[in-house]
Amino acid sequence: MSSVTYEHVVKEFGTVRAVNDLSFHVEDKEFLVFVGPSGCGKTTALRLLAGLEEITSGQILIGDRVVNDVPPKDRDIAMVFQSYALYPHMSVYDNMAFSLKLRGTPKEEIKKRVMEAAEILGINELLERKPRQLSGGQRQRVAVGRAIVRNPKVFLFDEPLSNLDAKLRVQTRAEINKLHQRLQTTFIYVTHDQVEAMTMASRIAVINKGMLQQLDTPQVLYDTPANMFVAGFIGSPAMNFFPATIKRNGADLMVDTGTFAVKIPSSHVALYQSWVGKKVVFGIRPEDIFNPSFLPPAIHAESVPSKVDVIELMGNEIFLYMVAGSQNFVARVDPRTTYKVGDQVQVAFNMDKFHIFDPETELAVR
Amino acid sequence: MSKILHLLRNLKLGSLLGMIILVVIWSTPTLGLLITSLRPSSLADISPWWEALFNPLSTLWTLDAYQNSLSSGMLDSLINTIAVTIPATILPLMIAANAAYAFTFLNFKGKEFFFAVLVALMVIPLQSSLIPVLRGMVWFQKAVGIPLTGTYASAWVVHSAFAMPLAIYILRNYMMTLPRELIEAAKVDGASNYQIFWQLVLPVSVPALASFAIFQFLWVWNDYLIAFIFVGEQKAVMTYRLLRLLGQYGQGWRDVAAGSFISLIIPLIVFFALQRYFVRGLLAGSVKG
Repeated sequence: MSSVTYEHVVKEFGTVRAVNDLSFHVEDKEFLVFVGPSGCGKTTALRLLAGLEEITSGQILIGDRVVNDVPPKDRDIAMVFQSYALYPHMSVYDNMAFSLKLRGTPKEEIKKRVMEAAEILGINELLERKPRQLSGGQRQRVAVGRAIVRNPKVFLFDEPLSNLDAKLRVQTRAEINKLHQRLQTTFIYVTHDQVEAMTMASRIAVINKGMLQQLDTPQVLYDTPANMFVAGFIGSPAMNFFPATIKRNGADLMVDTGTFAVKIPSSHVALYQSWVGKKVVFGIRPEDIFNPSFLPPAIHAESVPSKVDVIELMGNEIFLYMVAGSQNFVARVDPRTTYKVGDQVQVAFNMDKFHIFDPETELAVR
Repeated sequence: MSKILHLLRNLKLGSLLGMIILVVIWSTPTLGLLITSLRPSSLADISPWWEALFNPLSTLWTLDAYQNSLSSGMLDSLINTIAVTIPATILPLMIAANAAYAFTFLNFKGKEFFFAVLVALMVIPLQSSLIPVLRGMVWFQKAVGIPLTGTYASAWVVHSAFAMPLAIYILRNYMMTLPRELIEAAKVDGASNYQIFWQLVLPVSVPALASFAIFQFLWVWNDYLIAFIFVGEQKAVMTYRLLRLLGQYGQGWRDVAAGSFISLIIPLIVFFALQRYFVRGLLAGSVKG
């Protein structure tokens, strides 16, 4: 159990900056998820913490201790690798006991802890087997088991679910969540899957191009993304963006995209006064665009005329790919919707939940 | 047995025939050697060995040649050869495995340079360094007082040294194919380099180690040059003893047949014991998988 702190951490491979000035603090017992597209530096950031890569500048602390020059074995961390990296010549039991044996833990103690971990993970039956005799899901459990017998200060997970099939992934996701509650230890978890991040994290660090974009709880990231990258990355289907201009219309402010204009609710007007006449990016999530027949009560809805281009039935909802002039956007509407491809319809934008970004800096206007 | 049958059933007729032909070509001389060594010289001198094969019951069989070769020191030579071969196989294997680990998993200055030098050393002919090494050993004896020439140890040192470039090269190529995450997992689990080497890398490198061990074992077992020059006749190895058995005019050729057969048995045992690693190991070092 321990906190983790990154202070201006930089990692360069030759001339490439994989991690760029990363600074944040992870509380004790927190479940922090690094999320970002492939090659964004999230795995490198984790490997720096594990001691598998050397820090170019800055420092990392585990608890109060600077660990820059501490070898991995002395950092008191455990890591679950994407490929699981089980020792192929050892049985499941020996795989899990390996780290304890290295530490000179007494035999009975090793047995007790391995059995405990096997119990938690439901792999008691597999202890005599070799890794090659296990399925992907079983290997994944053994890899987690190998980490938890150690009782480390910090658990590191490097995309541990990406080699599992979709169903098993969902199931294991919940199990890792349960494990975190049970172990009450700091978890740091790397994934490129924003759904994994949203469902598991107590806080999410969104990383892009080696830089921290935003670090907050899943709900805050979803509701108030700090910039266009976070807005587009969190949520599926991704947020719709429209290049637009803020215009004055009497006492009201309008967002004018050229093909349609929507009114900003009076409660938000003050915020955008200084942007009148300037170019902005208008963002709205697919789930905040409605079929007007099924509007939730008490929202500021604005009608936008558009044409249905593609319909994707999901059963519990429908994705509509819409065209309005030269703009394309996605709406996530009620399954009772009966639109057909080619229909000219009015969809309703929920103007209580829109986002305005500065097109230069891509930062949210707050 | 059922495995072999299964294998045969799946073979195409052509490859089956090819294999039979190869087996015959390879094993005929060995069979000839065995039969010759068991025939009395009165018959062996006048008729070819396969006559005995066609009339096995009406022919005379004798163990004379074995008696002769054993009584002229073949048993001592067998022990000498074993005493030279086993350390000269294990020693370079262990040293090379350590070096290969360093070349694969550690970062040190000049790593690429040293490896390139090592690979280049493979092309140096053994013969060109015999005299310098021999003189070096004599100097060592004068300086330190420990005699090397004429001892088993001299052969161990020379065989080990000359095996080193190829051994390191093969083992390093194999270790390069081990997943990097495996080593990292062991590091995070708390293993030192020493522990990673002994408990992880060495056990999973058994195929490569075994295939090199076979190469080196056979090479040292059949070596005449190094054994003759460095160990000499006081501790004559079998290749040297066989030459003696032949005699100045080749009159002892049946004794040589018997002696050869004795010297053949142990390599055969080694080969069959390690053969399942052999093919796998040969591929393992070269093909990235």
